[in-house]
Formats: sequence, structure tokens, C-alpha cells
Amino acid sequence: MSAPFYVPPEQLVKDRADFARKGVGRGRPIVAVTLEEGILMVGENSSPALRKIGEVYDRMAFAGVGRFNEFETLRVAGVRYADLKGYSYARADVTAKGLANAYSQTLGQIFSHEVKPYEVDIVVAQLGADVKADQLFRIQFDGTLRDAHILVVLGAGEEAIQEQLAESIAPTLGVDDALDLICGAIEQAAERQIPDEAWETGLLDRSAGRRTFRRLSVDEVSAARDR
Amino acid sequence: MIDRSEPIGPLRIGEHVSDASFLSILERRNLLPTWDAGPVDGSPVPEATTVLSLTWADGVLMAGDRRATAGNIIAHRRIRKVYPADDHSAVAISGTAGMALELIKLFQTELEHYEKIEGTRLSLEGKANYLARMVRGNLALAFQGLVVIPLFCGYDETNDVGRLFSFDVVGGRYDELNYATTGSGGGEARSFLKGSWKPSLTREQALSVAIEALISAAEEDSATGGPDIKRGIYPSIVLVTDTGVEEVDDATLATITAQVIEARP
Repeated sequence: MSAPFYVPPEQLVKDRADFARKGVGRGRPIVAVTLEEGILMVGENSSPALRKIGEVYDRMAFAGVGRFNEFETLRVAGVRYADLKGYSYARADVTAKGLANAYSQTLGQIFSHEVKPYEVDIVVAQLGADVKADQLFRIQFDGTLRDAHILVVLGAGEEAIQEQLAESIAPTLGVDDALDLICGAIEQAAERQIPDEAWETGLLDRSAGRRTFRRLSVDEVSAARDR
Repeated sequence: MIDRSEPIGPLRIGEHVSDASFLSILERRNLLPTWDAGPVDGSPVPEATTVLSLTWADGVLMAGDRRATAGNIIAHRRIRKVYPADDHSAVAISGTAGMALELIKLFQTELEHYEKIEGTRLSLEGKANYLARMVRGNLALAFQGLVVIPLFCGYDETNDVGRLFSFDVVGGRYDELNYATTGSGGGEARSFLKGSWKPSLTREQALSVAIEALISAAEEDSATGGPDIKRGIYPSIVLVTDTGVEEVDDATLATITAQVIEARP
């Protein structure tokens, strides 16, 4: 029996990280912003069936870029976690912080123990009572957990989009203004026009009742973009 | 990696659950609520009584009185037996109160969970069938005297019509036309509805008929509570139309109840 080659841990981690980063970098970008009207998530997605943005709980949403099957697995696990927690304790006890931590632990575990790391980058958002209390958590393929303010950009062209939106996005903007800016920034980074029906959106609406998540219709997207 | 002693536990990736069902997860993790033994003789558990559902011009209505009894004792005066199940349906329960309320909570969670996982809502038929399955799961306890019987109604978006369903203890599910009742005062409420229900009732008429049916049940059945104006206790009523579920507020109920009582012989 031949002994396995020795690979220094630094090299192992670097190889895995490079591999995962390459996968994520190919993913079409997603932007999440906190606004006074709520938290808006926008991304390009030509499939109306395979979603990248989804409802997790009353005031929580999820978005992922990278490999669909991997972030979908994470989304489903998150919905189960949230529903189980809300059922066992109370609805108010389901928090984005708890879920983001769980994602972080899980992705960290997968990164160092599984055959291949997940090629994903995800964001968990929680709507607060006002924009100051909103929370955005970003969890990367190796379990790195960060909390962001106002703006999160994931996927291809991340730096360019982030740079452009950092100057223009402000919580005081209306949903349609913010949507138009985000779509414009993504189009500019991608260097092509994206049709209105190819935008996937999710809004945690501060004016809604118990379940705050909804998607903007194509008409709403068109109205925001055609001005 | 999986720790059975933890009620929620860490995130479970790729947990094998066959469908988008919340109940399946509870089942898999041994977290389903269970009631192993029947009640001890002589210490009855609270029972929720009369609930009814009827169709009206814009959809369906569901109503219930507010009393729970334990033997000859009034256990609760303000219990709620009628709940929105999701944005387009409502559920009401009669029978062993503690179990029935848990059943409703599970049913509501189930519908929302399915919707989030699958990205679409269950059909009205699908919801009714699922509820029937939950009632059937309770059969062994029903034979020990811990019976739970729901009513279910909702707006059928496929056929653009309000529909209602009744159930029996073995999980039988029945499509009902016009109206349905269950619980100890259900018979009396049904007799009243037989005479007073008409096709295409307006919203106000539907509310009046439902309240009067419950008053009529309360007059004959000691386990059904009538409106208590002094304490501000009114029947709970939920309306389901194509725009969604509406829980009728106490002020409206107070006005209509006063009119109904005034007009009664």
C-alpha cells in the first residue's frame, strides 16, 4: 500500500479556496440592499422556476450564488431550521443571526471535511422594525461570516458593482429607484442589456403583515426601469 | 454529526425527507406531539364545541363560539376555535381543545412550509386531504375519547369558488355544499341554517346568519357559549374570498350581534 503524499495544510486550504472561489466567481451576481421601505434583493435569473432568492421566515430571506443544487440544499435546510425553531419555541425566536451562524458552521465543516467544498456565496437578511435594525449576513464557501450594512454584492463582477453602488445607494431611496440603480450596475458590469423578465427579485416589505416576503412582478420591474 | 438529544440541532444538510412536509421532519426527528394515555377517569380535559362554515356571495365564512368545557365546568370563556390556515383558507376545530389547537398549529406550519420549499401553494383539495390525514393519525386516541374534528374552508383559485369540507373521526373528508357544522351544538346550528341559509348571502347577511346560528346552538347546548356582551365576548368569525382571509374585528361583531339579539323573538 502506498502512503498518501504529504500536502501541507496551507496548500490544501488554498487549493480548496481557489477552487470554490472560481465556481462562485462564475455565478451571476446578486445584490441585497436595506431601504426604508424594506430589504430588496435583485439578481439576474432567466429561469422562473429555479430560484436564487427565497423566503425563509416571516421577516427573513435568503439569496445564493454559485451552484444551484448546493445553495438550494442550504436554502431548504434553512427553511426547515426556521420552521422547526418557530414551531418549537415562538415565531419571534427565529433570528437571522442564529441561522447565519448555523450556515457558517455547516459551510466551515463542509469546506474542511468533505471531498469538495461548496461553491456558494450566500446572504441571509432580516427585516428589523426600521432600517437601522435591518441585518444582512454574508456567508462564504469556507464558512466566513460577516455582517454587512446597507449593501451586499455576491457573484461575478462583485467589486465593480459594489464600487458603483456604494456611492449611489442610500436607504432613503424608494424600491423602484434602488431597483433601477442595481439593475443598471449589474448590466454595466456584465456589459450587456438584460430584459425585464430576466430579473429575479425579492422584497421583505416593511409595510406588510406577518409574512413580509414578496416578489416584484415583471410589470413592477418594467415600471421601475422604463422611467 | 446528528445529535438526537437536541430538539432543533444544527443545520442538517441533505437530510432525507421524502417530500416538502414539515410533519415528515418532526416524524423523522421523533418530535411529533404525542398523547400516549387517555384521560384519567373523573378529570375531563377541556373540550371545544360548536363551529360552523357556510358559503356566501363572495366566498366562504367560518364561525365558532368561544366556550370550552371540562365535564360540567366552563374551562375557558374566550378560547378561539377558528383560525386562518394560510392566506386563502381557514380551519376550525371541535373536540379536545389542547390537541385541536396543536393540530391547527401543525397544519398552519405545514401549509407555509410546503409553500416555501416548493415555491407554490398546495391546492385547496390538497390541503383538505392533508388535514384528513392528520385527523386519521389521531384515530387511536379518538377511541379513547380524545376526539378532534375540524372544519376546513377556502377559496379554490383554480375553479374560482369558495368551498368547504367536513371531516369525521376516521379521517373521512366530505365536500359540503352550502353549509356544515360540527361540535356538540352542531346539530342545533345545522337546524337553524337549514331554515335561514340562502344562496348568495351578502357579507352582512352571512355574518348575521352565522351569529344567530351560534346563539341558537347556545340556547339548546350547555357546552356552547352565547355572546357575552358585558364581557365583550363574541363569536370568532373568519371570511375567505378571492382576495384572501379576513378576521372580522370585534367592533363589527358587536354591532351585528346587538342587531341579531334585538331582532330575535
